[in-house]
Amino acid sequence: MSTIANALQSQVGRKILTGLTGIFLTLFLVAHLSGNLSLFIPDGGESFNLYADFLHSLGPLLWIAEIILVILFLTHAYLGVSIYLKKKRARPENYKYYKSQGGPSKQNFASTSMLISGSIILLFVVLHVMHFKYHLFSPETYMVEGTEMVDLARHVSEAFQNPWIVAAYTFVMVLIGVHLKHGVWSAFISLGAKNPKLTPVLYTVGGIVALLLSLGFLAIPLYIFINGGL
Amino acid sequence: MSSTDLIKVHLKVWRQDGPQAKGFFEDYTLDEVNTHMSFLEMLDVLNERLMKDKKEPIEFDHDCREGICGSCNLVINGVPHGPEMLTAACQLHMRHFKDGETITIEPWRATAFPIIKDLVVDRNAFDRIMSAGGYISVSTGNAPDANAIPISKPDSDSAMDYAVCIGCGACVAACPNSSASLFTGAKVSQLSRLPQGAPERKKRVIAMVDQMEKEGFGDCSNFAECEAVCPVGISITAIANMRTEYVKAVLG
Ligand code: HEM
Ligand code: FES
Repeated sequence: MSTIANALQSQVGRKILTGLTGIFLTLFLVAHLSGNLSLFIPDGGESFNLYADFLHSLGPLLWIAEIILVILFLTHAYLGVSIYLKKKRARPENYKYYKSQGGPSKQNFASTSMLISGSIILLFVVLHVMHFKYHLFSPETYMVEGTEMVDLARHVSEAFQNPWIVAAYTFVMVLIGVHLKHGVWSAFISLGAKNPKLTPVLYTVGGIVALLLSLGFLAIPLYIFINGGL
Repeated sequence: MSSTDLIKVHLKVWRQDGPQAKGFFEDYTLDEVNTHMSFLEMLDVLNERLMKDKKEPIEFDHDCREGICGSCNLVINGVPHGPEMLTAACQLHMRHFKDGETITIEPWRATAFPIIKDLVVDRNAFDRIMSAGGYISVSTGNAPDANAIPISKPDSDSAMDYAVCIGCGACVAACPNSSASLFTGAKVSQLSRLPQGAPERKKRVIAMVDQMEKEGFGDCSNFAECEAVCPVGISITAIANMRTEYVKAVLG
């Protein structure tokens, strides 16, 4: 057991953890987006609200899922920061001239800005949860059979008519695409994908997954904003 | 030789008197560089001039000058071993540079590779990673019969793909994180493919990864910049392979 604990702190172990947490966070995004797309069902947001009610009805199961998500986020962010700090220590004096060789190199805007894109995503997630889960910024509730309820679909629809909110979401959803452009591929390599014929394909597949997730999440605020509501 | 075979180059060379000294760029101009010279020969010409002028020559590492020893270590125009892929600095020819071009030359930069003087760095960290696990146990004495241990062609080919590593350290130099994962991964992958390395297989990968960490190399972020500058073209599959070897060693 102690060897496994040591192994997780080694360079290889940390990287495998980064990859695993990254993949699970990506899977969470897929699930989250699938649920959110129910907003596009033309029933005034009823399906979406039913989906939200269903999640709430899970009770303790939902809490467990939420705790796991928090742990995934924190572990992933901690590893990302520690990798960055180690990189600084590993080369205190930088090159005066430095250039990527190109070719098979995956050094690009996405891969060199992982910590920045990740940190903005983390800040966004906190605000996003305060906004749509705890309704901190627009607490408009109504009573149904003695309990306080929120028309979540209406809340979303109203929020996304505010150009500032839409602009902020657009920015962050693009950043998620940027993070995952390098992230998906990188996670596969971290988890040991080593078939030389497959790895270039993985990079393309990672890019497509990143693009689809980014576009999917972008579609909701942009549609509501342009359409003037759901 | 026609005059088109001669170019003029401006050099910005990193000079540093010793490990603790402050380094700086010194500018030189060579008016007539034969384009058939190698990059190191061009530096030899410059050093001869410096010595004639009673100035301190530029220290740089070199030995075989044929791309097999891994001694030469120059970051040329921002890229370890210079602009040509699959080419060590000693195999790089001046015909790849333009007339009137300014060429910058820096040493490998990494905490684990401290600068000794000018362009020479201490790469003993690689040797310590090798002593930690990059060996096989064999009985000494007479050479064993060449065919005593059969090895399949795909295995020996794959081992050879990794065994071509010359240990130059360009992978570390190019890596934005100064990670030694390509070097260590190549050694682990090579030895894990061969029956001779089998008894130490699990111990080896753990010990080498540990040593790599102790030397102060950074983590791998899968940039694959190492593969792009590797003079022998080792692929980052070596790193993925090191990771699976590591997991197998830890889990059972
Ligand atoms: C929805 C949230 C997120 C998803 C889906 C996600 C996904 C990923 C994936 C798949 C990777 C590749 C893992 C690997 O290289 O093995 C990655 C890497 C990374 N992530 Fe995230 N991430 C998310 C949030 C964050 C957050 C909040 C941070 C905060 C700092 C962050 C920082 C990083 C960094 C720095 C790396 C690069 C690690 C390295 O250099 O090796 N990410 N991410
Ligand atoms: S001097 Fe031997 S590889 Fe360049």
